[in-house]
Amino acid sequence: MSVKTYGLIAEFDSPAAILAAAERVRDSGYQRWDVFSPFPIHGLDNVMGLKNSLVGWFALAFGGSAFVTTMGLIWFCNTFDYPLIVGGKPMFSLPMSFVPSYILMILGGAVGAFIGMIALNQLPRWHHPLFGKKRFELVSRDKFFLVVGANDPKFSETETRKLLEQSGGVHIELVEDED
Amino acid sequence: MAETATNLETLAPPAELRRAPVVENNRGLGWLTDKLTAFTEGKTPRWWWILFLPAAFFATVVLPTMLIYQISTGIGVWGNNHPVMWGWDIINFVWWVGVAHAGTLISAMLFLTRQHWRTTIGRMAEAMTVFAVMMAGLYPAIHIGRAWFAWFMFPVPTYEGMWPQFRSPLMWDVFAVNTYLMVSTLFWYMGLIPDIALLRDRAKTRMRKFIYSLLALGWTGSARQWHHFEKAYVVLAGLCTLLVFTVSSIVGLDFATSQLAGWHATIFPLYFVVGAVYCGFGMVLVLLIPLRKLCHLEDIITTRHLDRICKLTLLSSLCITYIYLMEYYIAWYGGNPYERWVFSHRLLGHTYWYGGWIMLTVNFLMAQLLWFKRIRQNLKIVFVLAVLINIGMWFERFTIIVGSLYQDFLPANWGFYKQTWVDIGTYMGTLGAFFMMYLLFIRFLPMIPVAEVKSVLPQGNPHHPLGGAKGGKS
Repeated sequence: MSVKTYGLIAEFDSPAAILAAAERVRDSGYQRWDVFSPFPIHGLDNVMGLKNSLVGWFALAFGGSAFVTTMGLIWFCNTFDYPLIVGGKPMFSLPMSFVPSYILMILGGAVGAFIGMIALNQLPRWHHPLFGKKRFELVSRDKFFLVVGANDPKFSETETRKLLEQSGGVHIELVEDED
Repeated sequence: MAETATNLETLAPPAELRRAPVVENNRGLGWLTDKLTAFTEGKTPRWWWILFLPAAFFATVVLPTMLIYQISTGIGVWGNNHPVMWGWDIINFVWWVGVAHAGTLISAMLFLTRQHWRTTIGRMAEAMTVFAVMMAGLYPAIHIGRAWFAWFMFPVPTYEGMWPQFRSPLMWDVFAVNTYLMVSTLFWYMGLIPDIALLRDRAKTRMRKFIYSLLALGWTGSARQWHHFEKAYVVLAGLCTLLVFTVSSIVGLDFATSQLAGWHATIFPLYFVVGAVYCGFGMVLVLLIPLRKLCHLEDIITTRHLDRICKLTLLSSLCITYIYLMEYYIAWYGGNPYERWVFSHRLLGHTYWYGGWIMLTVNFLMAQLLWFKRIRQNLKIVFVLAVLINIGMWFERFTIIVGSLYQDFLPANWGFYKQTWVDIGTYMGTLGAFFMMYLLFIRFLPMIPVAEVKSVLPQGNPHHPLGGAKGGKS
């Protein structure tokens, strides 16, 4: 089992510090890096150039197809496969089919948003190279981490380390991953 | 540096316009983390056992006994009979659905309107929703009598070729309640993921590490993960908000589409939504006030937050009062003699007059006490009021259901309703199950959304001096 370099990790103390460091890393031309924090930091999406999340489209696709499917199901059940006159009402009409379809659209949208979030985040995963770092356990507490990936074209152990040091990072360590 | 700091100070609004911080006494991120996880990680306090054991007894002994007896014997063990075919089962169904609604309103609607104070109570309100909907969903399933045929309500292809009849709102209810349960559970669980990751990172024993690792799904808290997470959270909050208005509307339609005087009213969907929210705020206060004290969360769930829930309770009380007045006005102005009969008998009848008076006294009169700040800040009085609100709303459903059914169009058709010990036992059982699940939740999962609270603190704001920002740069 060989060991390969995953990246360099640096620790920061405050949201402002990590935001400044992220700006600096971006301005130095790095592309494959990420920030880890206990909560979402305002303004970081812009610094990292993250585009609008696709989760909304997942919700729309799931919700929309749930709506159409339910409409079709109601038509199939009460009009096509087993037509039954109840109270002289029409076999198929919007007032009767809209409400269940609308409800299942909400269900579909919610499931879609959840699945979208999980899929886009590549979860669930049982292992992450950063979980091996003892200090990384503080990421959910009050510390902020910046990781520059070894697969970044500009990555160099000495130069990147220098940059992270200049940005105010402490406990700069090399992260290794089992191949 | 000092100069720019004073600059920032002069730019800030005057003291009386400034928003009070969400968490009092200027607590830092580390303190918050320790404080908010302390209850799940510490030793189980004695009060937890004192509350848990009776609740667990009702949930695991009384409730199954009642269910087994009722399902194996038949609906006749309840008080339901002709002409009052809906009794405690439907009263309690509507009551539990109602309790759920305020949770969704707090966690989803106040999130969409960016009310920062809701972060501290959102999780507890959501948990209340999830457990209350579970209890609500139980009632229709057993109320159908032959519970083993409950699957008839779902469009399952079978050899008889039977399908559900979608023209009935009762059928819509099946979908509404199940959707409500699933969506609120998803919303609750998704919000929990980062906080479960926090418990995973702090876990001391192998067992805790393993379980929380599984539940956290490998969450790392990377900016990309947060980015998708926040989007999904907004979408789910929006969808949950739709459910606040939909689920109780459909429950209201169950009644409104019938021909019965007292039920056949267009105001019913709105009536049930407002009543549900009002009752739910009562339950939120019943849960929050003792837990805040027992778990020492005074700095986090501040009196200001409770004050705002009280104001929302007052607002929903005024809305429900308006609907009561409107209902009586329409009964009189509509000129329908049956309708007038039912409504006059709600207050002046010879059998169930007390229900109408309890409902008006509590839901309209007593809630007006919340106008006074001194009452809102006296948590003991607020707690008593909140319990009364739940009772008052229970009697509202009693008045609507039994009060309309027992005397319908033909006097020859009139009858009485009296609950049996099985009715009472089943209700106590669901109350026990609700509180048991709630106590388990606060013991094993973070009851305050830690990550969310951090993100609205000045310490979590990269543009605030406490968040590390230098001077006036923003």
